[in-house]
Amino acid sequence: MSDALVTVTIDGIEVQVPRGTPLIEAAKQAGILVPHYCYHPSLPAPAVCRMCLVEVEKAPKLLPACVTTVTDGQVVHVNSDAALKARESVLEFLLINHPLDCPICDQAGECELQDYVFQEGRAATRYADYAKRFNPVEDFGPDVLYIPNRCILCTRCVRFMEAVAEDPVLNVSERGDRSYIGIFPDAVLDHEWAGNVVDLCPVGSLVSKDFLHKARAWDLDRTASICPGCSQGCNMTIDTRDNVVVRLRPRPNMDVNRHFMCDTGRQDYRWMNRGDRIEAPLIRAGDKLQAVDWASALDRLADTLRGADGKAVILASARASTESLGMTHRLLDGFELTAAVRVPTGHEAPLASIPNLALREERTPNVAGAELTGYTRAWDEALDQAVSAQVVVVLDEELAPDEFDRVRTAGTVVVLGTVDHPAYQAADIVLPIATMAEEHGSYVNRDGRAQVYRQAKASPGMARPAWWVAAEAAGRLAEGRAVPATAGDAIVMLGQSIPALAGLTYQSMGFTGRPVASAAASGVES
Amino acid sequence: MSTAGASASETSYQPVFTGETMAALETLFERYPTKQACMLPALWMVQEARGWISERAMAEVAEVIGVTPAYVKGVVTFYTMYHTHPVGRNVIQVCTTTPCSLCGAEAVLRTILQETGCEELGRTSTDGRFTVQEVECLGACGFATPILVNDDFIESVTPERVAGLLEGYK
Amino acid sequence: MGYPYPPDEKETVVLSQYFGDEGARSYQGWVKRGGYQALEAALAMEPGAVTDVVKASGLRGRGGAGFPTGLKWSFMPKDSGKDHYLVCNADESEPGTFKDREIMRWTPHGLIEGCAIAAYAIGAECCYVYIRGEFTEPLAIMAKAVAEAYANGVLGEKLLGTGPRLEMIIHRGAGAYICGEETGLMNSLEGRRGNPRIKPPFPAQAGVFGLPTTVNNVETLAAVPHIINRGADWYQGICLGNEKSTGTKLYSVCGHVQKPGNYELAMGTPLEELIFDMAGGMPPGRTLKAVIPGGSSVPIMDAEDVKGCLLDYEGVVERGSMLGSGGVIVMDDSTDMVYQIYRLTRFYAHESCAQCTQCREGTAWTVKILERILGGHGKESDLDLLLDLADNMTGTTICVLSDSCAAPVVSGIAKFRSEFDAYLSGARPPALAAH
Ligand SMILES: Cc1cc2nc3c(=O)[nH]c(=O)nc-3n(C[C@H](O)[C@H](O)[C@H](O)COP(=O)(O)O)c2cc1C
Ligand code: SF4
Ligand code: SF4
Ligand code: FES
Ligand code: FES
Repeated sequence: MSDALVTVTIDGIEVQVPRGTPLIEAAKQAGILVPHYCYHPSLPAPAVCRMCLVEVEKAPKLLPACVTTVTDGQVVHVNSDAALKARESVLEFLLINHPLDCPICDQAGECELQDYVFQEGRAATRYADYAKRFNPVEDFGPDVLYIPNRCILCTRCVRFMEAVAEDPVLNVSERGDRSYIGIFPDAVLDHEWAGNVVDLCPVGSLVSKDFLHKARAWDLDRTASICPGCSQGCNMTIDTRDNVVVRLRPRPNMDVNRHFMCDTGRQDYRWMNRGDRIEAPLIRAGDKLQAVDWASALDRLADTLRGADGKAVILASARASTESLGMTHRLLDGFELTAAVRVPTGHEAPLASIPNLALREERTPNVAGAELTGYTRAWDEALDQAVSAQVVVVLDEELAPDEFDRVRTAGTVVVLGTVDHPAYQAADIVLPIATMAEEHGSYVNRDGRAQVYRQAKASPGMARPAWWVAAEAAGRLAEGRAVPATAGDAIVMLGQSIPALAGLTYQSMGFTGRPVASAAASGVES
Repeated sequence: MSTAGASASETSYQPVFTGETMAALETLFERYPTKQACMLPALWMVQEARGWISERAMAEVAEVIGVTPAYVKGVVTFYTMYHTHPVGRNVIQVCTTTPCSLCGAEAVLRTILQETGCEELGRTSTDGRFTVQEVECLGACGFATPILVNDDFIESVTPERVAGLLEGYK
Repeated sequence: MGYPYPPDEKETVVLSQYFGDEGARSYQGWVKRGGYQALEAALAMEPGAVTDVVKASGLRGRGGAGFPTGLKWSFMPKDSGKDHYLVCNADESEPGTFKDREIMRWTPHGLIEGCAIAAYAIGAECCYVYIRGEFTEPLAIMAKAVAEAYANGVLGEKLLGTGPRLEMIIHRGAGAYICGEETGLMNSLEGRRGNPRIKPPFPAQAGVFGLPTTVNNVETLAAVPHIINRGADWYQGICLGNEKSTGTKLYSVCGHVQKPGNYELAMGTPLEELIFDMAGGMPPGRTLKAVIPGGSSVPIMDAEDVKGCLLDYEGVVERGSMLGSGGVIVMDDSTDMVYQIYRLTRFYAHESCAQCTQCREGTAWTVKILERILGGHGKESDLDLLLDLADNMTGTTICVLSDSCAAPVVSGIAKFRSEFDAYLSGARPPALAAH
């Protein structure tokens, strides 16, 4: 609808945007950030903080950019004297009751109040010697603390619970400068998506107990990733400090999770920091496993496969990347192959007002990717096959003791695993692989969107991405067979034989992913 | 939202909305396009029945109106006429806004605080008879100083009249 | 009439004719006094024609903003297929204003009739009358009158037995000045906090319950039957000043006058006549110092501004203030202007709904500065600070409560600076215990 485009000039920059766009979004397109607090693109806009006031030519007053929609020919000044004075005054008003506790505040370094005050606030407060408003800290729920003294009453948290989660347990209580964010006594902020209020809070008023005083924002490394918690595939950031994952936070993706992620996903990161890992490749020597270097281990794997024929089984986790699943499948191409993933399940927990966003029943991120690369969900059948198979490969999945007991009757048992396990003593080859936090890779979510996650921390010991292990072994099996150097090469290579993945590259997936070719058309080759 | 186990006060709580009161509320529901519109009327009914609006009562209103207790609390605390704490048998509201202040409202308020034995704003007298509140313009500025004792709107109160007026409230 | 005093000959008594006449309260009494004839006449006209008469009369909103009433009605969509609402704003909480209270106390059926005509004109089958919670007596009287109107076939399935349906519901507020602001009122009516809403959408597009709504003040609606009865020309002819201000207006006079009360005047009557003649002037030995002519939210006038000021929308603006709601607060030379301005800002700080940063924080900060000045600890720079805060609080928020807090501060400092200086220099002893 190009006829619905209007042209506006913002600080001298002309942009064309659809009619009905709020000025604040139009300014973004012009590369101009209008400072704001209450506005959030995924929440209804109440225009209460008044931080985003801008000058619009011919308008009698400054207008809030968050709710003023563009009109054709509009000329807007974000940084005129009047607009700057208005913003400076909002900052001053917000600061009069705000404690100066940045040195102990978790938000410091990622606080929108601190940022804007630094950029355009007054040099000194004129509120001098009056007492500040004081209210005690309140425990809102399992992971959320409310520090009212820092609250700027932007109401983002209230609006999230009311309009997005549709579970209004938070309110604005009282009136005037006595106001604060309230929760009902006995009520708990334990909604499956409640943790988002911590991210939404522009200041350090709502904080995560889990993250409390753990790290300073500026000491964190941030890595774009995909939540491995379920098949929704929420985009997230892994925050690490000194190679330790300290927090997971949602990363915006309008097509998948908007700005949100659920608490189950958010809180499930401790496994990424586990120390009890398989440190080195292990191969059987008599009745013992012996640590060897990768070349020896891969040689042994190749030799084992070269000598075998007949049935092979892959028992994989749908948390493995498409690259790893695909390359492992390819490694066993020559066998009569059964490949299955196990899909653990849990309760489905939708975020009420956002269509197609939920913590999904399927609690692994890559069921679709597994299916595209030749895996089924028929886990029990695969296990039955494994009993009499020549070769069984266990990929990134922890088998229960009784499962392992059944599998060990197979000819050769190869484990590609992360965490060390006593049962592995019965395997023939045990190869240390990286967790998803330690490698680049991609997943395909339940809607067929392929999305890349990036390496957030180094892998321990000699662990390598599973796709690399499988591809290197395959290279040893067939002379002249190309071996991918990177996860990006791996996906391109898989695309050459799997139509659904054809043309997929890390570049084309970018930061927000890309739909794979119609899932229906993707006749899976086995 | 989840709610912690029943506390003692919860088990002993007698609902307001039963019998005639519930019937009255249901009649009101028919006069508005949404149930929520009956929030203020329902809160008035609670205050009439109980003298004040406890948190347990807010939860009851939430249930009959179909919103969350937190929502009701946000509403209750917005309006100054709803009491969120127990009050004396008689609640006196005294206007001291500018027009009344010009005509000596502060002196009326002081006298009332003294005569009732409340001494302090918002505090209930030890005999439980009075609670005194300072309020903003009561909309009768030409009849300074107006006071509201329970539902009785009394105009032109002067310090001299206070003692006599209070006698009627036991 | 100058209720509670007998009418003054300079008044033009229309709405207040039966103030003090208990006989006018009942349905029978009202009918005996010619009541409900205007409704009958209106029902015989097309709704659009009723709106046209009101437009031609020049009637402007008496709630404070002075918006032309007929024009407002004409914004209501035609044939929208949606339910329309009329809301009668009886929240009257603006300090200095107490006229709607008298209308409801003495002529409840006059208001019901006005509401019925307006509802007919805008196609509303439901009218909510939102009365502030403290108005216990008007609430009871209105409730009784509405019941009578139903019982006598005025309201209900068919207006007066012939017209369209009209339900009328009295809704009691619970103590919040901001619920007089029309969008705050709509939120309150919906069972929410009375937070004003951002516009657009305007009430005529999406008002209460998201449906087309007209909000009118009690006095505005009460004037309508008289206009229908006597014609637009008659009403328009009641004009002594600017032709854009027509009809009569009720002025609530309070503060330092000998005969405080409600006076009904033709538009354009001199303010001095109201204060000195009708309301009896200052107490003996006192002289006029200041007047807030339109309820507490408008700028303060000094005695000089009052001289020659004509009471109509334009006349008061010419003198640097506004007609507002017609609440005339009179202050004589005994008044401590700093204290009274402080008291007004306390009102706004108490009533701020808390949404907008400038209003929530600015009103409270303003109070603290004035408190400090009154406590004898003010600083020379405090006045500039007050003025700068006032500037920052003006024209920047969702509704004008924030501006209203700034108005008396700015005009007060401009006109009575020496009184502030006296506190700052210590020439005047502290009026408040230091904080
Ligand atoms: C803070 C504030 C308070 C108000 N209080 C009242 C009030 O108590 N009564 C009233 O009629 N209008 C009040 N108004 C004006 C209303 O918003 C609205 O303009 C009016 O009810 C429209 O009716 P009218 O056109 O008949 O005047 C207030 C406005 C503001 C900004
Ligand atoms: S707690 Fe944070 S998000 Fe909630 S209102 Fe306060 S500042 Fe805004
Ligand atoms: S200006 Fe004040 S009263 Fe009006 S909406 Fe904003 S905070 Fe509320
Ligand atoms: S961001 Fe626009 S008013 Fe808050
Ligand atoms: S100021 Fe007291 S009633 Fe208005």
